[in-house]
Amino acid sequence: MLRYAARRIAVAVPLLLLISMLVFALTRAAPGGPVEMYLANPNVRPEDIERLRVALGLDQPLLEQYLAWLRGFVTGQWGYSFVDGRPVTTRILERLPATLELMVSSLVVALAAAFPLGIIAALRQRGWFDRVSTVASFAGISLPVFWFGLVLQLVFAIGLGWLPSSGRSAFGAGGVADRLEHLLLPATVLATVHAAAWSRFLRSSMVTALREPFVTAARARGLTGRSVVAHALRTAVLPLTTVVMLDAAIMVSGAVVTESVFAWPGLGSLFTEALARRDYTVLMAFLMSTATAVVVLNLLADVAYRVVDPRVT
Amino acid sequence: MTGAHRIVGRMALVGLLAMAVLAVLAPILTPYVPDGIDLANRRAPPSLSHWFGTDELGRDVCTRVLFGARVSLAIGLLSAAVTAVVGFVIGSVSGYARGLLDGVLMRLTDTMLSVPRLPLLMILAAILDPTIPMLIVLVGLAGWMETARVVRAEVLSLRERSFVLAARACGARPPRIVGRHLLPNVLPAAMVATTLAVARGILLESTLSFFGVGVQPPTASWGNMLYQAQSTMSTEPWVAIFPGMMILLTVLAVNVLGDAATGAA
Repeated sequence: MLRYAARRIAVAVPLLLLISMLVFALTRAAPGGPVEMYLANPNVRPEDIERLRVALGLDQPLLEQYLAWLRGFVTGQWGYSFVDGRPVTTRILERLPATLELMVSSLVVALAAAFPLGIIAALRQRGWFDRVSTVASFAGISLPVFWFGLVLQLVFAIGLGWLPSSGRSAFGAGGVADRLEHLLLPATVLATVHAAAWSRFLRSSMVTALREPFVTAARARGLTGRSVVAHALRTAVLPLTTVVMLDAAIMVSGAVVTESVFAWPGLGSLFTEALARRDYTVLMAFLMSTATAVVVLNLLADVAYRVVDPRVT
Repeated sequence: MTGAHRIVGRMALVGLLAMAVLAVLAPILTPYVPDGIDLANRRAPPSLSHWFGTDELGRDVCTRVLFGARVSLAIGLLSAAVTAVVGFVIGSVSGYARGLLDGVLMRLTDTMLSVPRLPLLMILAAILDPTIPMLIVLVGLAGWMETARVVRAEVLSLRERSFVLAARACGARPPRIVGRHLLPNVLPAAMVATTLAVARGILLESTLSFFGVGVQPPTASWGNMLYQAQSTMSTEPWVAIFPGMMILLTVLAVNVLGDAATGAA
């Protein structure tokens, strides 16, 4: 087991290096490089731009720039924001709690919806519930996330006035109820696509599990209802855990959209703000840290799967 | 595959074809032009003369949705074609060559799958200011990984079959074996991945345009119509509802079709 974990980590390191090269190349692809923003500004003198280039190390050979950036990233020196000059790590860390709050709640909502949907659909295969939930889940994975957010705002915030349309809390207020009200719509939007996909996945792995001999054996021993479901669920849940972890990258993309629509002050809005101002240090840090998180989660999913199911080699 | 399954699959196909016909015939179907400003009829709710209402400049939303369909469908279909070509080449080379080349190509695939797709595309689109053909290539290059993995897995098992050995015994070189013998066998599985890529392509285009880095006005696409609708949504909900419905229905139809194709593959 330890050897397997070590081997997976050994594969993850070159993967992270490749990702870092991609991210670095991306920000150097801009015609004017990272100082592009200033080139178009007539109030910035050419000699100032030149000074900035030297200060940022942009006059160095590309390889050295890359190595310096990589060294900085690994040691936690993520540079300074082009926009407000504060350390990128500070800007990311102050946005992180909001994003984690949104993502964890969406995860909970998505799982809370996917489990009953998937299980009931598998038990009543081809019944009316199965058919309705199939249609609903297809609609769920086909929804344009931003539009779904706009429609929910339109109905529940503007139309009915039940929920706030954006933000993380009312100005000045900070009660738990207020926070939950603000969280409800964005968490639903971010959760929907995953609830749809995961319920479909759970349904099909439940259908397979229910046909396994050990479930028949359980039935033969006289078990019914809940206990049979519990038997089958134990095997059916295993592959789902992998799928949930592998969907981390999709959730990051979803968070960018959701946070922007609902003005949620997390990493996703930080990304869109940084993009609008071409704040390259922030953009690089965002891509690099989210991709690293995805790689680590995939690695954990692989190793965890081997721990729970030793048959896998 | 059940009967109901097949019927739903056919309905989806008919719906998509109808959508394509409407998009192609857009100029003769509507009395308006997509960027025809009519200041006397601004913000008009849906009516007989303007089925989907008009926007803040008095442009007919229905007309813009029809013309937007051309852009959105074209980007969805052509970007999926890009993913199919790149995915097939990388997947088949990887699966047929195995060894070091396979390792390198699969690490590249893992890399692209680890970086969140939408932020990556948004940065590229913001930097490059893409025209529509460039946008097609960008969206396609962000989505070949799934196809490559599917093709590689198929080729890995197919290359051990005796018909490949027979072809090799006849002196066929790897490009011929891959192109003539493996490609037709990989096609069904690759088709499913490509269908899903169409759905993803339409969603990505609309999302990029919604953020203002995709298709640029005045050209209408479903995504940039929603970008413009965002600020006026509370007073004129129809400018936001209809383009979004079109995205939902189209992507839904493509996904249903992909599901039916999985059953057939």
